Amino acid sequence: MEHAYLIDIGWVDLAYLVASVLFILGIKGMTHPRTAVRGNLLSAWGMLLAVVTALLANGLSYQWILLGAVIGGAIGAFAAVRVQMTQMPEMVALFNGFGGVASVLVAGAAFVAAADPGLQTTIAAGLSGLIGAVTFSGSLIAFLKLAEKMPSGSLGFPGIKAFNALLGLAALAGVAWLAVDPSSMLAYWLIVAAACVLGVTLTIPIGGADMPVVISLLNSYSGLAAAATGFVLMNNVLIISGSLVGASGIILTRIMCKAMNRSLGNVLFAEFGGAASGPAADDVYGGKVKSTSPAEVAMMLDGVQRVLIVPGYGMAVAQAQHVVRDLANLLESRGAVVEYGIHPVAGRMPGHMNVLLAEADIPYDKLREMDDINNEIAQVDVCFVIGANDTVNPVARTDPKSPIAGMPIIDVDKARTVVVVKRSLSPGFAGIPNPLFAADNCLMMFGDGKKALVELVAALKEG
Amino acid sequence: MLVLAVTVFVLAVFIGFEIITKVPPTLHTPLMSGSNAISGITLIGAIVSTRTDNPQLATILAVAAVAFAMINVVGGYLVTHRMLAMFKKKKG
Repeated sequence: MEHAYLIDIGWVDLAYLVASVLFILGIKGMTHPRTAVRGNLLSAWGMLLAVVTALLANGLSYQWILLGAVIGGAIGAFAAVRVQMTQMPEMVALFNGFGGVASVLVAGAAFVAAADPGLQTTIAAGLSGLIGAVTFSGSLIAFLKLAEKMPSGSLGFPGIKAFNALLGLAALAGVAWLAVDPSSMLAYWLIVAAACVLGVTLTIPIGGADMPVVISLLNSYSGLAAAATGFVLMNNVLIISGSLVGASGIILTRIMCKAMNRSLGNVLFAEFGGAASGPAADDVYGGKVKSTSPAEVAMMLDGVQRVLIVPGYGMAVAQAQHVVRDLANLLESRGAVVEYGIHPVAGRMPGHMNVLLAEADIPYDKLREMDDINNEIAQVDVCFVIGANDTVNPVARTDPKSPIAGMPIIDVDKARTVVVVKRSLSPGFAGIPNPLFAADNCLMMFGDGKKALVELVAALKEG
Repeated sequence: MLVLAVTVFVLAVFIGFEIITKVPPTLHTPLMSGSNAISGITLIGAIVSTRTDNPQLATILAVAAVAFAMINVVGGYLVTHRMLAMFKKKKG
């Protein structure tokens, strides 16, 4: 595709190169919280440079560009300002989908515009439409599940895997059809339609607990779709940015899978075992669970040296992060060291818990990674588990037949005393009892997370 | 031309892997919203597809693409900035 530019073509490619470098430097800034704000700004400058460069091309319909840009810009700005931090997974899922649909539309437009598309353009456009459409509809399903606008559990019908395989083959056959007959617009839209259905049927069987994996993977797809669009237009800045996003999503997908000790194939294609095997709740808990009160815990906290707080998503649901910070500040003012142990899947997307704690003004250098804190956990005097369950279940270490066997956990049971703040003994996503609650060194502080902690803070101030 | 583009693609994936593995878990959510913004780069493709000598259907598709890509670019950078501003180090 030839484009006439107001300025020499060499400069255009050079400007796109500079933009690509700014994107890379921007992501590099993300390697430390100190440099991350600057990195994000660098990346935004890169985007501005790329957009201005593209706008210098001859013969564009500026009024139409302006219309699209104003509508999109307004929606984007509104969403960014209004979104709650607990809703970040929904927003990222939706934005993954928008990236996908943008690629479908750009590849479609390029295809319509090309008088005589070559083999490379048609195949690239077909793949861009395929990946983009799967990303789009799959992300919408992920968004609906995360926003609880549809049941978050595993949905499906008998033979869904065979159906998906056939649909995938049909979409690939569409790409082959395009390659044979590049003039066939119909083939392109058939690919897009098949891929849209495929995105839905691939995502509905995946349960809510696995959504962090799914949105990471769709994040990666949205980048790959953009890269494929770059191959349609033969534009390096699209190829480079798309592959950066693709790589980022793949890395996060791998980290999430590892944190749940599952393979990607297992997350995507396995029906999650119905009834969980293993001992019944009564056998695990029977008469061994010790319950405690805020006043009792306040007395116990007198003179402690080291406190660890292990939050789960339940803490964010109860909006307890601010009172957690108050508790930590109070203990620190009495000379204790308070830190936080963060499991990689503690939130509903990679790094989600860290953002929720940052929002409550908890300094990032107090957040410790799982492996790191596990090495020192025996020196912890009191460990608070707030709204977490499966990620601290010692069964993962001890019972090879458990559904969570081998999953890395935070070894809170090795702390001197554990206080679990929880409504009841109900199981987590994995649906299995947690022997931690019946352990000798464990006390249960039953109740709503926020209310119980407010009472604890009050008791500490009195005492 | 194609081989050159594939070269660029493969090298960019390697660079991506190298730097993104160094991003700490604390920043994984902003990394994802930031990459939402970067994947809005399709905006460039959308803009150059609005050429007046293209068929009208192409322009319609391109304008819709501009809107969707702009949501990602503006929303992605803004929300990432909002999040990153909350990350603070221990005082003193």
